[in-house]
Parts: sequence; structure tokens; C-alpha cells
Amino acid sequence: MASPANNATVIAPKVSLWRRGTDHLATIAAVTAVILVLLPLGAVFGYLLYKGFGSINLAFLTKTPKPPGEVGGGMANAIAGSSLILLLGSLVGVPVGIGAGIYLAEYGRNRLGNLIRFTADVLNGVPSIIVGIVAYGLVVLTQGHFSALAGGVALAIMMIPTITRTTEEMLLLVPNAVREAAYGLGVPRWRTVLSVTLRTATSGVITGVMLAFARVAGETAPLLFTAFGNQFWNWKINQPTAALPLQIFSYAISPYDDWHRQAWAGALILIILIVVSISAVRFVASRGMMKGAN
Amino acid sequence: MGVGIKVEKLNAWYGKSQALYDITMQAQANHATALIGPSGCGKSTFVRCLNRMHETVPEARADGKVMVGDLSVYNGTTAVQIRRRIGMVFQKPNPFPTMSIYDNVAAGLKLNGFSDHRRLDEIVERSLTHAALWDEVKDTARKKSGASLSGGQQQRLCIARALAVEPEVLLMDEPCSALDPISTGKIEELIFQLKEKYTIVIVTHNMQQASRVAEFTGFFLLGRLIEFDKTEKIFTTPSDKRTEDYITGRFG
Repeated sequence: MASPANNATVIAPKVSLWRRGTDHLATIAAVTAVILVLLPLGAVFGYLLYKGFGSINLAFLTKTPKPPGEVGGGMANAIAGSSLILLLGSLVGVPVGIGAGIYLAEYGRNRLGNLIRFTADVLNGVPSIIVGIVAYGLVVLTQGHFSALAGGVALAIMMIPTITRTTEEMLLLVPNAVREAAYGLGVPRWRTVLSVTLRTATSGVITGVMLAFARVAGETAPLLFTAFGNQFWNWKINQPTAALPLQIFSYAISPYDDWHRQAWAGALILIILIVVSISAVRFVASRGMMKGAN
Repeated sequence: MGVGIKVEKLNAWYGKSQALYDITMQAQANHATALIGPSGCGKSTFVRCLNRMHETVPEARADGKVMVGDLSVYNGTTAVQIRRRIGMVFQKPNPFPTMSIYDNVAAGLKLNGFSDHRRLDEIVERSLTHAALWDEVKDTARKKSGASLSGGQQQRLCIARALAVEPEVLLMDEPCSALDPISTGKIEELIFQLKEKYTIVIVTHNMQQASRVAEFTGFFLLGRLIEFDKTEKIFTTPSDKRTEDYITGRFG
């Protein structure tokens, strides 16, 4: 009999050509799929850099728009406005979404739960312009004017279903044994949900929140008749407010070359804003995690 | 100090199917009581009725009289109060995965609003020492997750976590079934020491384990307690034919 080491060297070449061929094919197919996924992302980002990077300067980041036809000016007010509207949207959407997700996962095995699940799924498919109309009816008509708040509400309505469903999924992935461990220590149910189950699912829940955030950050339609847009600075939540997607839209369809360039720069800034905020949240969240946790 | 457990006519159901029939028995304070029987015989359900974990399963219910010391488990107390006095160790080690070793042990106190950090440090060290884990984790307790430990260490961590809330009774539901013989040996040694301070009820599939650690043994079959006696008697001269068949391996 040959020694084990010898065996291995003898057996290896015997793996049939067919099996090695399919192995290579499968690997190549998987790698191709990865490239196909990364390609559009790289292409979009690269094209934005190419078109927009040259137009980003100090004035663009610190000045408000110039009157039509004049060269110069910037989108500082739109960057600030977008941040304000996204903050408002997150302040409303994240707690409601996570709360609803907790209800569905921990208490929602009943008819009300099914109703909420169904509603969330339908809401997820509602066109964003319709969400804008709803926010218009809810906030703009009652207040009597366009506002950052109305924009925030519109974005919140769009964030809620995504956050709700991902939170539910993530909480359901937490093994029941973990809940039982807490019950066994005499921890009340509400405390178990908040301090044990939700904490165990934190990274997944954050992914859901970030997904929803990134999705609404670029929304234009729901802001058209809620935040409306503004050529000047505004920090008040009940005043019309500029937003990057709105500004990009109106600049892109304008007849001026300078505005076209600024629209590209605005698009690049929007993407950077999203990437930076997601990375920041991930960084903060990862510091709270334990080494070796799964 | 441990307290005794008295159970009278305990019945339990999952939905419409009955899992336990009129169980009556006593577990002596500061002794270990083992429960043996084939899979599905109701021994796990029985221990889960003692600290009202049974009712966390949807549609499960139980009724009967269970006294833990002077505390009536199914009458006039909340499940949360009961579980603070009766610790539980589960079949599969279940540390909180996102908490450090330290936080795992402190969890029972912290999550119930206890926040005296110096006392907490003492309790965590004492519980880990008691569970024979302190020496292995004292340098990493705050840095490493409970889930990063080996299976045997995780189970001792779970025992430490249960001890930290200073229960009077410790329920162990097949605590060694997921562990290798060396870890099992460590936990059995631990049970010997723990008897000085706690009353222990241990469910086990391993009859040698029952005879090693427990003074009293109960044999369950199809939801009924067939025989309950001193461990020695059960394993040498059982009075019921079915017990004899089971321990000699003639069925199941």
C-alpha cells in the first residue's frame, strides 16, 4: 500500500478532464457574474467623475445658484437642503419602520400582522410620484405652503416599507434559543426584544436602513411638489427647500452649458453624500460590535 | 441556599395534544435530581413547566400545583419573578452572540436594571469562577464575544450567566448533549460543587450521567412519571418493569 502522501499525488491527476472542465466553467461563470454586477456601478461612478469632477470647486460647494444665464454660482443650498430633508425623513421613517418590523417579527403572527405585511409590500411598489402627491395632500395642503417637512414626510413614507420588512427578516433570523436565554434569566419580554433580539440583529437592521436611505436620497419625483426647491439658503423645516435631485433635474433640462456642467457635479456630490453617510453609519455601528461575534 | 420543589398533579399541553399527565414529585433542596426517559417522553416539557418557560411556546399551557420553596409557580406570581429565582441551562449553549463574555454574565442583572458597576464586577468574577471558566477568560472577558468560545466553554458561560442572578434552583435541560466527554466531565464536576448552594434538576439522555451526579432519579415515559426514587434504587432494583426495560436497554 502507498503512504497517504503518495496516494494524494497519485489520485490528483486522475480527476477526470470533464470534472476539471466543469469546475473551471463554473468558476468563470461566477466571476463573470461578479464583473457584470460591478460594471454598471463602476461605469456610473466613472462617468460621473469624468463629467462632474472638473466643475466641483469652492464656489460650487459654498455658493447659491446665480440667475439664469450667468456663469458661476453653486449648489451649496441644495446640498444643505438635501441633508435636511433626508434627516427629517430618517427621523420619521427609521423609528416607525423599525418599530413596525419589531411588531411583525415578535408579535405579528396574526391577522393584523398579515395586514401590515401586505400593506408594506404594496407601499413598496407604489410609484414615488404618488407618494409625493400623498405628502402634498397631507402636509402641503394643511400647512398652505411647500416645505422641507413635506419632503421629509414623502421620503419617510418611501423608507418605511423597506425598513419594516428588512427589520422583520433580520429579527426572525435571530435564533429562538437567544430569546429563551433571556426569558430564562427573568428578563421581561419587551426588554428581551429591545436589548437582546434587536441588538443581536443590529447589523442586518442597519443594512436595511441604509438601503432605504440610499434609495430615497436620489428621489426627485416625491420632492417636486413637497420640498419644491429654492434658489436661496433655507434652514427652516416649514419653508420650501432646495434639494440636490431637484436642482440636478432643473439644471439638466436647462439650455445653459454651465448649468449642464453643474448638474453633473451635483450628481457626483449626491453619490458621494450617499456613500459617505453609509460608510459613517457602518463605521459607528461596527465599533459597537464584539470581536468574534457572528 | 437551594430550596425544595414540590409538584402536584401537573398537566401540560401543546395545543390540543397533552404532553404531561398528572406529574407528582418532589426534588430535595441542595440535591441533584435527574430525569431520564426516551426522546419525546415529556422530561424537557416538565422542567420547562417549573420555571414557566413552557408557556413561551405558542398555544402551550400547563396547570397544576408547583411550589418552589414557599413560592407558588402557577398562582399569584408572574413568570418573570419565577424565572429570576429559577435559573436555566439549555441543551445547546446559547450565549448572547453580540455581547462580550462579561456582558453575557452580567446580562441577567443589567437587563433587569442593576447598574452598580463595582458590585457587577464582583458578581461576574464570582460567577465565572463558580462555573470554572474564570481562569480561561479573565484576560479577554470584556473584549471577546461569548460566541467566540468553544462549545464546552460556552456552556460553562451559560451556567455562569444563570448563577449571576443568584437563583435558588438550577434547571439543566440536557446540558452536556452537545459537548465532548472532557467538557462533559467538567460540567459534571461543576454540578457536584453547585449542589452545595443550589437545588439542581437535570434532564439527561445519558444514564451514566444520571447515576454519577444525581441522588434522585425520575423515569418518564409517554408523558407520565413512571418511577421516582433514589438513583441507586432506580438503577439497581427498579420496581417498575418499564423502568427496568429502559435502563437495561431493552427498548427505545
